[in-house]
Amino acid sequence: MNLRAIRAIYVFEMARTLRTLLQSVVSPVISTTLYFVVFGSAIGGHMADIEGVPYGAFLVPGLIMLTLLTQSVANASFAIYFPRFSGTIYEILSAPVSPLEIVTGYVGAAATKSVALGLIILATAALFTPLTILHPLWMLGFLVLTAVTFALLGFIIGIWADSFEKLQLIPMLVITPLTFLGGAFYSVEMLPPAWRTVTLFNPVLYLISGFRWSFFGLSDVSVEVSLAMTLGFLALCLVIVHFIFRTGYRMKS
Amino acid sequence: MISIAHLSKTYASGHSALKDVSLDIRRGEIFALLGPNGAGKTTLISIVCGLVTPSAGTVSVDGHDIITDYRAARAKIGLVPQELTTDSFERVRDNVCFSRGLFGRPPDPAYIETLLRSLSLWEKRDALIRTLSGGMKRRLLIAKALSHQPEVLFLDEPTAGVDVELRRDMWNLVRTLREEGVTIILTTHYLEEAEEMADRVGVINHGELILVEDKAALMKKLGEKRLTLELSAPLAGVPDLLAPFDLALAPDGRELTYTYAAAKEGAPGERAGHPAVADLLRAVAASGIAVRDLRTRESSLEEIFVSLVRREP
Ligand SMILES: Nc1ncnc2c1ncn2[C@@H]1O[C@H](COP(=O)(O)OP(=O)(O)OP(=O)(O)O)[C@@H](O)[C@H]1O
Ligand SMILES: [Mg+2]
Repeated sequence: MNLRAIRAIYVFEMARTLRTLLQSVVSPVISTTLYFVVFGSAIGGHMADIEGVPYGAFLVPGLIMLTLLTQSVANASFAIYFPRFSGTIYEILSAPVSPLEIVTGYVGAAATKSVALGLIILATAALFTPLTILHPLWMLGFLVLTAVTFALLGFIIGIWADSFEKLQLIPMLVITPLTFLGGAFYSVEMLPPAWRTVTLFNPVLYLISGFRWSFFGLSDVSVEVSLAMTLGFLALCLVIVHFIFRTGYRMKS
Repeated sequence: MISIAHLSKTYASGHSALKDVSLDIRRGEIFALLGPNGAGKTTLISIVCGLVTPSAGTVSVDGHDIITDYRAARAKIGLVPQELTTDSFERVRDNVCFSRGLFGRPPDPAYIETLLRSLSLWEKRDALIRTLSGGMKRRLLIAKALSHQPEVLFLDEPTAGVDVELRRDMWNLVRTLREEGVTIILTTHYLEEAEEMADRVGVINHGELILVEDKAALMKKLGEKRLTLELSAPLAGVPDLLAPFDLALAPDGRELTYTYAAAKEGAPGERAGHPAVADLLRAVAASGIAVRDLRTRESSLEEIFVSLVRREP
């Protein structure tokens, strides 16, 4: 195990975050604050409690998930896409580093960033609405698991993409809609039965549901199912990454 | 040190960039890989360094296969790529330390300082990479390649786009490294560079390695001169009187060619000319052969090279 290499990649990536602090941290915090102001305070004031939870508080896990998913994907995809684009990837590919070590460095850094971001948003949210977290360890567990899984997805996208447009494509076309439709801002119970069934095919629903359960103890699907689905998605991403390195897909000619 | 056997590469485009190349690089030597654009030099280097997957054949570095034992193989190699591919927003020293870390070596600030100083980059250690000039970026790439103290250094066209002074520095650096026992493989378009630097020269064209030779042997060829006598009347055979000169008679009998080693510049006897040539001319006169004209020709490495690469596969 080349631990020094993992460390080198990780530190390199974290340094990049700190350099682009404004873009990496401040802007998601601002946009989340806007969500709270608009949905939580302005609209939420006219919403009934959902299963005993005030709407403002109900929003928090969904909003954190929204940021967590988009940021994990964005950070990891950019982190690996950019060296491919600029050519500096040659150094990583010619170093005595295993695929697992490369992935650990990049995905670890991207996940660290988005978990930190999630916690910052949580703290920001606490300023707007009183919050209780019933299962803090589960909450952290879901946070880390989701961040890692979607950073892996981002890594895959960053390798697949051959233009900056494609890099944006999946997050815009797939992840954001799935998050919005996955119950970030409502309980699936509020949907008509037909749509409820459709929603069950949305993987993001399980992430948000499990995460929300760790806050309020209530969920759209059982927490075991949530956990299983998240782990399943993580495993799928790992298989794809394994395939990428085994074949050298888009990295080596 | 590096053993390449039956290496072939066909890119996904169907282009066959390397064709059954076999080559052994000796420990501690400077090997120059010479060839025109698109010959396959970068492809060859990229395969050894793990950037390109070979289609067939094997490569080992100090006994370690580059695929099954890639960690040990790559740990010994430093690569300076042909293109100036650097990060932009990192600082010089951090970036060199990053490279060392990637190769799994513990931090060694003293060594990094020596390295940066030797490449005249110490003043720029805290500069953003994008503020460096092209020549400095190339030196940074060299520093990164040397950051983990490799045993083998690949320099892919190290002097492309580099001014005369930096080129001389680069050559000095290469010599210093060789003295430290580093094996160096460099690619170049310039014969001058191969001549100046290398212990051995390989010529590659259209993906085929067409010649591998000690530079000394090449220089001997380079030093060859030919004197051709155009005869007034065709000869049926070389007269006995001329036998000691080992002359070649053209098939039409109208030309006699004498091949001899050119005197080295500044060598004793130079001023005296080539006694053998004078002897030959006397012998020719004595055998009554009428000479219409004569010409001499010096074969240069350039010529050898051009004649080699012109031969289509
Ligand atoms: N990724 C690739 N896909 C397809 N063809 C490629 C690829 N890389 C190189 N080639 C082709 O392979 C051949 C050899 O290229 P290579 O870069 O090895 O040449 P070179 O000897 O380094 O040339 P130069 O002196 O110009 O650097 C060229 O015809 C090139 O077009
Ligand atoms: Mg090249």
